[in-house]
Amino acid sequence: MNTALRLALALLGVPVLPTHPAEPAPSVVNVFAAASLTEAFGEIGRTFEQGHPELMVQFNFAGSQQLALQMEQGAPADVFASADQRWMDFVKNKDLIEGEAPVFARNRLVVIVPKTNPARIQGLPDLVRRGTKIVLSAEAVPVGRYSREALAKLATAEGYPAGYDRRVLANVVSQEENVKSVVAKVQLGEADAGMVYRSDVTPAVARYVRVFEIPDESNVIAEYPIAVVKSSRHPEAAQAFVDLVRSDEGLRILRQHGLLPPTAAAPAPRP
Amino acid sequence: MGAIAGVLAGLLLALLGLPVLSLILHISPGVLLDRLGEPLVLQALRLSLITSLSATATVVVLGLPVAYLLAMHEFRGKGLLEALIDLPMVLPPTVAGVALLTAFGRNGLAGHALGALGITLPFTTLGVVVAQAFVAAPFFIGAARAGFTEVDRKYLDAAATLHASPVRAFVTVLAPLAAPALLAGAATGWARALGEFGATITFAGNMPGVTQTMPLAVYLALQSDVDAAIALSVLLLLFSLAVLLTIRLGPARLTALVLRARRPPP
Repeated sequence: MNTALRLALALLGVPVLPTHPAEPAPSVVNVFAAASLTEAFGEIGRTFEQGHPELMVQFNFAGSQQLALQMEQGAPADVFASADQRWMDFVKNKDLIEGEAPVFARNRLVVIVPKTNPARIQGLPDLVRRGTKIVLSAEAVPVGRYSREALAKLATAEGYPAGYDRRVLANVVSQEENVKSVVAKVQLGEADAGMVYRSDVTPAVARYVRVFEIPDESNVIAEYPIAVVKSSRHPEAAQAFVDLVRSDEGLRILRQHGLLPPTAAAPAPRP
Repeated sequence: MGAIAGVLAGLLLALLGLPVLSLILHISPGVLLDRLGEPLVLQALRLSLITSLSATATVVVLGLPVAYLLAMHEFRGKGLLEALIDLPMVLPPTVAGVALLTAFGRNGLAGHALGALGITLPFTTLGVVVAQAFVAAPFFIGAARAGFTEVDRKYLDAAATLHASPVRAFVTVLAPLAAPALLAGAATGWARALGEFGATITFAGNMPGVTQTMPLAVYLALQSDVDAAIALSVLLLLFSLAVLLTIRLGPARLTALVLRARRPPP
């Protein structure tokens, strides 16, 4: 059969057998992972496939809350990596996951502003200035809840004006449905500032934004648990993926993408 | 043959009807009424109404001349214009939102000019209207154009013979004759604006009372409270259904009334 005809039939939905009997199609491992893991897991997935040519990793990146709800509705996941304990607990309580859900990484919050810095922000206290367009994630999203917690902690820190968190929240012009949308609004220069994970400031993003670190004592450290899903059709393959994520190699890749190692004792990488 | 057609039609009805029915069955009327009273829901519903009606009005006012032009005249580049007008229908709404940002955002192509006029679109209610108008325009223009094309030219010729100006001919002959199509077009445009999600959240963001329309409220509720999301969905569904039914039953009678009023006394 010639290529054009095969293509036409495929477009019409007619199943077309390959002309050459190929090796059996690789089994697919479905990994449901928090949006903030997009870059790091993408790389871990490639490493995994190199080591397991018979397996293929397919990612579903979205807000952890969304992934948890999808799994509850029966979406076929093999591995779930959440950006917080809350949504891991949610699926745990629904008896959807197998065994423990160890923490494999942590993340910290930073404030980003566009390189052009339209609101002339020189430090975190400047976020209270009226008219500053601040974008946060919605409260239902883990990073959105962490952002509000961090603001509350900053409000009691030295050097911050009274009612800091309330005044910053009054400047919020949008509550985005996931952290990547916050990044996009700041990167495009539409928002004056946004609060995101350190790992969201990828090299591609770093060209457009300036990062303000939030001091450790006021920061909220997000914990990322990972687990194999009970209904997985490839539990061994799923476990192998989890093992790779938790291996030294996995840790190295996660670090490279701005994530912190799982134990608090390990030193935080300085950007 | 008839049996096959019946089965196919039944499958389609199930595809369209089951989700609607199951959504309604999923929630008790009591819970629904409770939710309806919540300020956040009322706020979103009100915002949805205001923005979608404004977007429809904008599309009708700006779209009528374009539909007229397309229906009545041949010109160079017509195909290009038609493709441009249809584009929002096939564009994924999120892409539309990004495109709007790069055009009308603070740093967009037209952003500085808008800023000089004191107009800000991202994160504002006006931005929601722009996003809705962007996606709704092709629906109205397409219907209006078809309506104009179907009007028998002899009526227009008669108007011309009587030395009616093109504007007068449009107002007194063409528009009334095409009224059902114009109304239907405005209605589908409105329905599209009411359901708009992707372009809105991308271009205008999500802020209760400012840019959080019903579809955005549903989506955000889905992230934390599925029951609330379903209640909101049912509300939006019933509302849209009521609107569409009114339109289906309405225009024929409405048009008949308009025409009767316009008919000169014998």
